[in-house]
Amino acid sequence: MSVNTNVLGSNKLKRRASLTDTNLLLIITIIVFIVMYVCAVIFLKKGFTKPQMFFNILNENASLLVLSCGMTLVMITGGIDISVGQVTCLVCMACAVHLQKVNEGLAQGNVFTSVLIALGIGLAFGIVQGFLVAYLEFQPFIVTLAGLFFAKGMTTIVCSDRVPVTYDAFVKLARTEVNIPFMGSVNKKGIYIPAYVEVGVIVALVVVILLFCLLKWTKLGRNFYAVGGNNQSANMLGINVKLTKFLAHVLCGLCAGIGGYLFFLHACSGSPLHAQGAEMNAIASSIIGGTLLSGGVGNIVGTLFGVLSLSTIKNIVTSLGLEDAWWTNITVGVMLCIFLLVQSVILARKNKNKK
Amino acid sequence: MTSIDSTIKPRLTIKEILIKIVRNQLFIPLVALLLLVIFNLATDPGFFKIALEPNSDGNLVLSGNLITMIDYASELVILAIGMTLVTSASGGQDISVGATIAIAGSTVLRIVKTQSPDISGGTFAGIIIGSFLLCVLVSAIFGAFNGALVAFFKIQPMVATLILFTAGRSIAAWINNNDNISITDKRFSYFGNFIPGIAVPTPVFITILCLIVIAIVLKVTNLRLYSQAVGINASSSRLNGINPKMIKLLTFVILGICVAVCGFIKVSRTSSITYSVIANNIEMDAILAVALGGNNLGGGKFNLSASVLGAYVIQFLTTTLYKFKEIDSSSISAYKAVVVILLIIISSPFVRKLFEDAKNKREAARTEAVNAGAGKETV
Repeated sequence: MSVNTNVLGSNKLKRRASLTDTNLLLIITIIVFIVMYVCAVIFLKKGFTKPQMFFNILNENASLLVLSCGMTLVMITGGIDISVGQVTCLVCMACAVHLQKVNEGLAQGNVFTSVLIALGIGLAFGIVQGFLVAYLEFQPFIVTLAGLFFAKGMTTIVCSDRVPVTYDAFVKLARTEVNIPFMGSVNKKGIYIPAYVEVGVIVALVVVILLFCLLKWTKLGRNFYAVGGNNQSANMLGINVKLTKFLAHVLCGLCAGIGGYLFFLHACSGSPLHAQGAEMNAIASSIIGGTLLSGGVGNIVGTLFGVLSLSTIKNIVTSLGLEDAWWTNITVGVMLCIFLLVQSVILARKNKNKK
Repeated sequence: MTSIDSTIKPRLTIKEILIKIVRNQLFIPLVALLLLVIFNLATDPGFFKIALEPNSDGNLVLSGNLITMIDYASELVILAIGMTLVTSASGGQDISVGATIAIAGSTVLRIVKTQSPDISGGTFAGIIIGSFLLCVLVSAIFGAFNGALVAFFKIQPMVATLILFTAGRSIAAWINNNDNISITDKRFSYFGNFIPGIAVPTPVFITILCLIVIAIVLKVTNLRLYSQAVGINASSSRLNGINPKMIKLLTFVILGICVAVCGFIKVSRTSSITYSVIANNIEMDAILAVALGGNNLGGGKFNLSASVLGAYVIQFLTTTLYKFKEIDSSSISAYKAVVVILLIIISSPFVRKLFEDAKNKREAARTEAVNAGAGKETV
């Protein structure tokens, strides 16, 4: 019995050690986010004290959140998908043109069909790219690069101008605000304004929870980690590596479809300039959230905090009065640099310990 | 029997030559180029017509689709040189080249804008040389930054260069306080357009110069051997006395210098700069040029001439697509993507394996038949 307990004890210890190892990056991200936000509340005050500021960050970044979650899935399997930004743009344009045609009576449809179009476009990109990457063994970067080009061109083929949407049912949906109890604030005239989030945020959070459960508790989710950690040993364990990679890309494509529709809900228009550089923001959020590009390590919760940190720092820079657009990009670059350096130092230490 | 032998032998050698040609790295870009040429000739017989016409400044210059294509391919070719080296040594690609071109161009303009247009030729030459050297220095520093992240901190190249990709254009705008600059001095635009009296665009000469320099460097130094060794196996090359970190850093610095030359040509073409648009998506084209040249994007062996040819093919494709009036300039990328995907599928190891399997089967069947025939003869 004593031997048994010993074994159990050592197992527990081991588990704790591995937990701190893989989750250290996640903990760092969460701490950085909290410190940043608290500092903003203390030193800046301009609105950061109001809960609505936080909800506004969510409102603006619901689409980025979904995109980043999809990106995290692909990155865990060791791939990358740089087409998501332009797919978002294409989805916005296609939905906008569709709804405007419905509005003018040129086509049949409603809000539901536009959702179907968005999901269809996302899935199509995911399936084609996943097939090329997983079964024909092309480099994911090159395949999704071609996907990016294709989506970019298709957007301007669909329409090369900005298309605002005036379809009533859609506008109503887009303007729906979900009030959050106990979080409102009182304005100067003493009127109580409830805090709100848009519909998109709720969808995004549902996606986050679903993907979190998928990665944590399902066989497929664990397979993603196994494939990303070591391709060959996963194969020897009897995991269908190709199918797993394919599914990761399909899920990422689906996320791009959903994220695209959320962007559309927030922007209420289609334009070839929508979601420029969104793929890089998504990759940056995943990296800040502790996902390694080499695969096998990653966490949806980390990605959530990555998106929050990224958008908080952008908001801080804007409220510092540095309104010139370049400062946000430079700070994001610096932040990314710091996180990458921390990651590489942690990995180097981990490798030394192993030896 | 002897007669059969003599008939078989030459056929085999022809086959061998054919196999050698098909296996050559230059085969795919050359075939792509040939297809494009045939396609263009079929749709428009006058596509390759070159004319000597006076331009807006009154100089006699060469004009025509072919000249435009070779002229505008210059930046891509110069970038492809650096990108091939980086790909070979580090097994990854630099996606920040477009942003660094913006930085380099902005640096040049920062120096040149302070000068009045009526200075003498000598001072002007001094300023140009000074600004060029400064922009080479700045780009090399940014290249070294990327290289240090890759070499010393072991971050994958694409992620490491993501930092400059996001921040680079903003830094470029910051250098000039986001001003709209346009240089009125005509002499500044010589480097991107035509020098009076010379009918060939200047960027072509710059490209040729770059190619000669890199050819000499590869011939004289061990750069080719070392970067290939590092790309194939970094730890074993370290055991053989090569410093893989320094080699990786060096390739990124060389790419930085190539980027500086590109930035200089780019700003000289228009005598102005648009920070968010200049050299947009050129990193994608440069990576595609390397891939099209049949170089392994995972590092290791490389063929520089194939990359250069790949760059010309890509620019040729763009020029061909531009020719169609009904295609919007911004929707070109969709067609480009389709062509690129097709090219990659053809050159992929998977498809090659399929071909080889089919060939092996055929050969096996043939040898069986020959054996059976020989058996019958002996009986």
